[in-house]
Amino acid sequence: MAKLEEIETEEHGETTMSIKMRRKKKKYSIIIPTYNERLNIALVIYLVFKHLQDFEFEVIIVDDGSPDGTQDVIKQLQNVYGEDRVLLRARPKKLGLGTAYYHGLKHASGDFIIIMDADLSHHPKYLPSFIRKQMETGASIVTGTRYVRNGGVHGWNLIRKLTSRGANVLAQTLLWPGVSDLTGSFRLYERKAFEDIISSVVSKGYVFQMEMIVRASRKGYHIEEVPITFVDRVYGSSKLGGSEILEYLKGLVYLLITT
Amino acid sequence: MKHILKIMALVVVVAGLWISLLQTSVVPRSYTWLLPVYLIISLGCYGLLMVGIGLILFPTCPQEAVLLQKDIVEAKEFLTSRGVDVGSD
Repeated sequence: MAKLEEIETEEHGETTMSIKMRRKKKKYSIIIPTYNERLNIALVIYLVFKHLQDFEFEVIIVDDGSPDGTQDVIKQLQNVYGEDRVLLRARPKKLGLGTAYYHGLKHASGDFIIIMDADLSHHPKYLPSFIRKQMETGASIVTGTRYVRNGGVHGWNLIRKLTSRGANVLAQTLLWPGVSDLTGSFRLYERKAFEDIISSVVSKGYVFQMEMIVRASRKGYHIEEVPITFVDRVYGSSKLGGSEILEYLKGLVYLLITT
Repeated sequence: MKHILKIMALVVVVAGLWISLLQTSVVPRSYTWLLPVYLIISLGCYGLLMVGIGLILFPTCPQEAVLLQKDIVEAKEFLTSRGVDVGSD
């Protein structure tokens, strides 16, 4: 009874949320694909646990057979944080991003699926804002956007900003997606929404992220955005390289025609 | 297939407007023939403008890099004390 009294003294908005949380605490499954992220993954896990103390969650790390000892570090992290909350669900080799999420989903026990990168460009301190946004609005999907006022990017030179902006304007003109950041991979999905959308997505790489959000938009899911800051990776080598522009354009045309 | 149909419908409407302008001769013929070209050029200019404005107003966050470094130091301290290997590759 003491707990009920505490709730009643809080403001109305928080009261409803507290009661909802106590009635049925929602669990969040965070899926992080990794490849050669030995140092970053430890830092990310520390920060996730630091910022999600008030929530029930698990982290599912899908490692594609990293040769740098990433899995050894993950096992050490399991000793610190518990195997029930740090799950290692590895795969034998690099099998792609989309399938990594699907693999993680199969081992997830949460009501919500959060996807994020392992390279510290996605800071776990934003996780509570995703969760709160979803609670406040009842949205099926909350996606992080780097391109709004309270968001931002650091570590991009002019050329990169130019390509990013050009790509974004082109995508907005062609696809009318309803979100400001199409290629972002810091997102929260209701579990059912994630399962539904991922089953109809065929793209790979970052086009996967675009296809996910565009299909979600077409299917009429309620999508909200939260600003996030993106600091370009500190340690390790970026997985981006090669003819991204061609891949991107092909992806746009594919999405234009099939969604 | 829905989205491409929306766009095609838009194109059909614009084409219809253009053809009706050609037929009613409200605007001088020679000018009307060039309208689609003007439209495409305007769209291109608008696109370039949006890219330019977006580039100028691109949100940046240099302070976040500093905060991240602090977080990294804090994380490394904690993790080392708990036996996690945080050496750089």
